[in-house]
Amino acid sequence: MSELHTVNKSPFEKSSFDSCMGHVLEGSAVLLYEDGVYAAMQGTTAEAKVKSAQGVKIYVLGPDLKARGIDAARLIDGVDVVDYAGFVDLTIEHDKVVAWV
Amino acid sequence: MSEMIKNFLYLNRRAPYGTIYAWESLEVVLIGAAFDQKVSLAFVDDGVYQIVKGQDTSESGFKNFSPTYSALGDYDVNQLYVERESLEERGLTLDDLMPLTWEDEDEDWAEKDSIRVVSRAELAGMIKDQDVVFSF
Amino acid sequence: MAIEVEGKSFETDEEGYLLNLNDWIPGIADAMAKEDDLDLSEEHWEIINFLREYYEEYQIAPAVRVLTKAVGKRMGKDKGNSKYLYSLFPYGPGKQACRFAGLPKPTGCI
Repeated sequence: MSELHTVNKSPFEKSSFDSCMGHVLEGSAVLLYEDGVYAAMQGTTAEAKVKSAQGVKIYVLGPDLKARGIDAARLIDGVDVVDYAGFVDLTIEHDKVVAWV
Repeated sequence: MSEMIKNFLYLNRRAPYGTIYAWESLEVVLIGAAFDQKVSLAFVDDGVYQIVKGQDTSESGFKNFSPTYSALGDYDVNQLYVERESLEERGLTLDDLMPLTWEDEDEDWAEKDSIRVVSRAELAGMIKDQDVVFSF
Repeated sequence: MAIEVEGKSFETDEEGYLLNLNDWIPGIADAMAKEDDLDLSEEHWEIINFLREYYEEYQIAPAVRVLTKAVGKRMGKDKGNSKYLYSLFPYGPGKQACRFAGLPKPTGCI
């Protein structure tokens, strides 16, 4: 069993990202979209939490990244960019989706 | 005391697309600029993301309103304060922001920077000195 | 509401502004001008095209004060004044010219 956790709020404004990272288990994945994508950038105060997630794959939604002017080169190592189709694939690959809205 | 010019500060604290606040604030600033008041804008917390350069909404279906910040100078809104700590907490520097400028008609349209990076302490002092603070 | 141009119908809001900016064709400006009893001259088109360029760059229709200043900078003081602009667009250079140009009502027009 593995879950896909999704976060769409800024880690600096809401506790959604913190809560998500506190509940995600090894083997699961986290998809950051909308304002959630800000958590995937290097050099922020949220970076340590992204890096500390052992065995958790982190994805970001490319179009939302692009809208906010964040270049993929600025992402934390190991974070993968997916498009809308990739988002759909992730929901299919995992047993369920847990949304931290 | 017949001249009632007041100092207005717009406090922008939200990221651009997740909520409507950023765009609403910008519209209110542009409408309010028709009145002869002293207007300044502060970008604090996630508000600093509003003026990050290179925004491209072509794949996400939002209206990209970041070019509109460049019109602020035409509306005589040229005091834009960005909080240093908010930038640092988000891994950003002044180089990540759009180069927002205004043209000084009195100096043959010389182009001048509108953005000033200020510390949290400095901004606290500015807030204190305002007549009215609008929060978005 | 709608305006008929070249055999096609274009939707407008209750004040006559085009609903979809991308629908705009020059014939719309001519048709709107005709309804206002105006014939568009080269001088009118200079302003209409300027407004469209301004919108393209900044994503807003400028307030009349801003338009006046910007026209003055681009085309000189003899055109960058409200007397000249009102002589071209008697219902207001901001509102009327923006409507002809297919733009929304100017931001900062009250």
